[in-house]
Amino acid sequence: MMEPGLYHILFISAALFFIGIYGFFTRRNLITMLMSTELILNSVNLNFIAFNKYLWPGKMDGLFFTVFVIAIAAAEAAVGIAIIINLYRSHQSIDVASAEDLKY
Amino acid sequence: MPNAINIALIPLLPFAGFLLLGLFGKKFFGKTAGLIGTALLLVSCLLAFQTAYEYFFVYGKVNGAYQQFVPLQFVWLQFSQSLSIDMGLMIDPISVVMLVVVTFVSLMVHIYSLGYMKGETRFPVYYAFLGLFSFSMLGLVLASNIFQIYIFWELVGVSSFLLIGFYYEKPSAVAASKKAFIVTRFADFGFLIGILILSYCSNTLSFTELIQRLTTPGSAELQTAAGYSFLGISALTWGAALVFIGGAGKSAMFPLHIWLPDAMEGPTPVSALIHAATMVVAGVYLVARLFPVFAITTPEVLEGIGWVGAVSAIIAAVIACTQTDIKRVLAYSTMSQIGYMMFALGVSKYGGEEGLGYTASIFHLFTHAMFKALLFLGAGSVIHYVHSNEMKDMGGLRKFLPVTHITFLIACLAIAGVPPLAGFFSKEEILLAAYQHNQAIYYIALITSGITAFYMFRLYFNIFWSKPHHPHGEHHGEGGFVMTLPLVLLALGALFAGFIPFGTLVSSDGKPLESHFHLSFSIAPVALGLAGIFTAMALYKSQNEKPARISATMGGLYTAAYHKFYIDELYLFITKKILFNLVGRPAAWFDRNVVDGLVNVTGNITLTVSEGIKKMQSGKVQQYGIYVLSAVIVLSVLFIYVW
Repeated sequence: MMEPGLYHILFISAALFFIGIYGFFTRRNLITMLMSTELILNSVNLNFIAFNKYLWPGKMDGLFFTVFVIAIAAAEAAVGIAIIINLYRSHQSIDVASAEDLKY
Repeated sequence: MPNAINIALIPLLPFAGFLLLGLFGKKFFGKTAGLIGTALLLVSCLLAFQTAYEYFFVYGKVNGAYQQFVPLQFVWLQFSQSLSIDMGLMIDPISVVMLVVVTFVSLMVHIYSLGYMKGETRFPVYYAFLGLFSFSMLGLVLASNIFQIYIFWELVGVSSFLLIGFYYEKPSAVAASKKAFIVTRFADFGFLIGILILSYCSNTLSFTELIQRLTTPGSAELQTAAGYSFLGISALTWGAALVFIGGAGKSAMFPLHIWLPDAMEGPTPVSALIHAATMVVAGVYLVARLFPVFAITTPEVLEGIGWVGAVSAIIAAVIACTQTDIKRVLAYSTMSQIGYMMFALGVSKYGGEEGLGYTASIFHLFTHAMFKALLFLGAGSVIHYVHSNEMKDMGGLRKFLPVTHITFLIACLAIAGVPPLAGFFSKEEILLAAYQHNQAIYYIALITSGITAFYMFRLYFNIFWSKPHHPHGEHHGEGGFVMTLPLVLLALGALFAGFIPFGTLVSSDGKPLESHFHLSFSIAPVALGLAGIFTAMALYKSQNEKPARISATMGGLYTAAYHKFYIDELYLFITKKILFNLVGRPAAWFDRNVVDGLVNVTGNITLTVSEGIKKMQSGKVQQYGIYVLSAVIVLSVLFIYVW
């Protein structure tokens, strides 16, 4: 059994990133879109961890960044879901097209 | 030595009144506002009299000549090591005389207004404005440097504007206040440039130093100043002439006099205070203040001042004969008398016997303040009684307004120069000074004094005699004690002010001047004055056809004088037809097309561009995501492969 290396992790991270992008652009449901952004953020987290572990094993910078990103992702989810709830209350829908009348 | 605190209090008390009544008058004082203003002015008047007494009889005279004192001086704005604007008080004979005149007339007007303005809704505001005016005028009089005088000069202009426009519901009052402000402001522009030239040449703003530097022959400043010239005329001449233009605007000298008759739209006591006794003589005061500069350094300007004064005196007197609004008659009479003061300065020289005109001018300023304020307050009583300014609504009032009648008669006799009233002495000195130095001006003045007597008595007979008066409806008489007391006090002034030996108090160089009184010399003016009086009596004592017939035979001259020699129309022609068409319209076109055009083009560009970009903001979240993603991709490609 081969030990997974940096490239494997980067591959998974890139796959996760593009799945997230794909989800973000194709889904019409706002909650799914929010989940997709979480995927993107987590792929970035994975990158940070991997680089930290393989390139600068003695340092902690990558870990700290990851913690920050998780915290911000949590905050973003809270705000995002609050917006979605409010949108649902006023439009009876969480379809992204129903938010279009928020433009200018 | 002068007591700086007492002197500083003279202008500051009315200012305190202005602040108090202006800020809290409507809410807390109402009817008592008048009493507060009057009380403050009474104190300041007493202080002024005390200052005058101490200056003239206790400390003022050193080595046989009255000295200038600057009891208070502090730096207000420091420009450079040698140039600063100071604030200070200056005490010398003319400022002390003016202090007495201003506070006394102002006090009379304050008392009189208690009756005249009773029941006005803006009563406290009126007294606040009066306080502001008294403060500014006293500040102007006490100013120790030329910039300080300019500040207060503008302040009196503002208070005059406010008081002329006091009845702001009347469109004519609004127009008059605007006219007064614009015309004097235009003249003040000249004054400001004059100040800049004079102070640049002398490198100082203080009167004492400025006069000393510009009149000492061979001083360094004078030699530098001699190097500057413009259009072939030396800078100092320009400076002095421009300063005089400022004074001419304020003193309603021809041809800047057009605002004064219109200023009669204000309440009558205001006309008595501002447009007869105090503010309009500010120009005379200014010339007297800088007199050594005019007389020694720029005698040609002084000669011009003499001619401007003489022309104003006779033109105004002729116009006054034809006017029917009694306040306008008095306004033109004021302009004529200020013309007298101006040419008295114009024919004077500096120092000694030759300086008689200077003394005479300030003397006439003093006596004129008394009888002209009295005339205006008397006219106020008449207007108060008949509710009209027009002569045709008056006549036969002598039994109904006895106090007004007697005091008005005294004032008319005084202004006509009948001995031994105040006007006789001062006018006599002026004529003597003119006779000695400029015969042409002397004859103009002589004729003017005859015309003066005529139009004053035309006014007097038209108001108090002429046709019998039939009182109808309810009348309130003369307005009680507060309105008759000032008349009586001013009448005493008009009766006895002439006996003050003015020559010993005020002279161009401070040394007492022996007044030479020639009985034979005064025959001509007195005879002319009496002739004027009797002509007026023959024409106007009872109603008849003679005046109308005479004015018909005079034809064009009468019509021209009735229309004030079309000077107003000339101004309108110059401003409306020439200035508006040649300067105003092209400038407006440029503004509308070029300046506005540029602004519009900028606006249109922004609008079109934004209209184009607007479509990018579709509200589709995923479209925005694509923008972000594509931007990231493009930037990544650039960063990786290009840089």
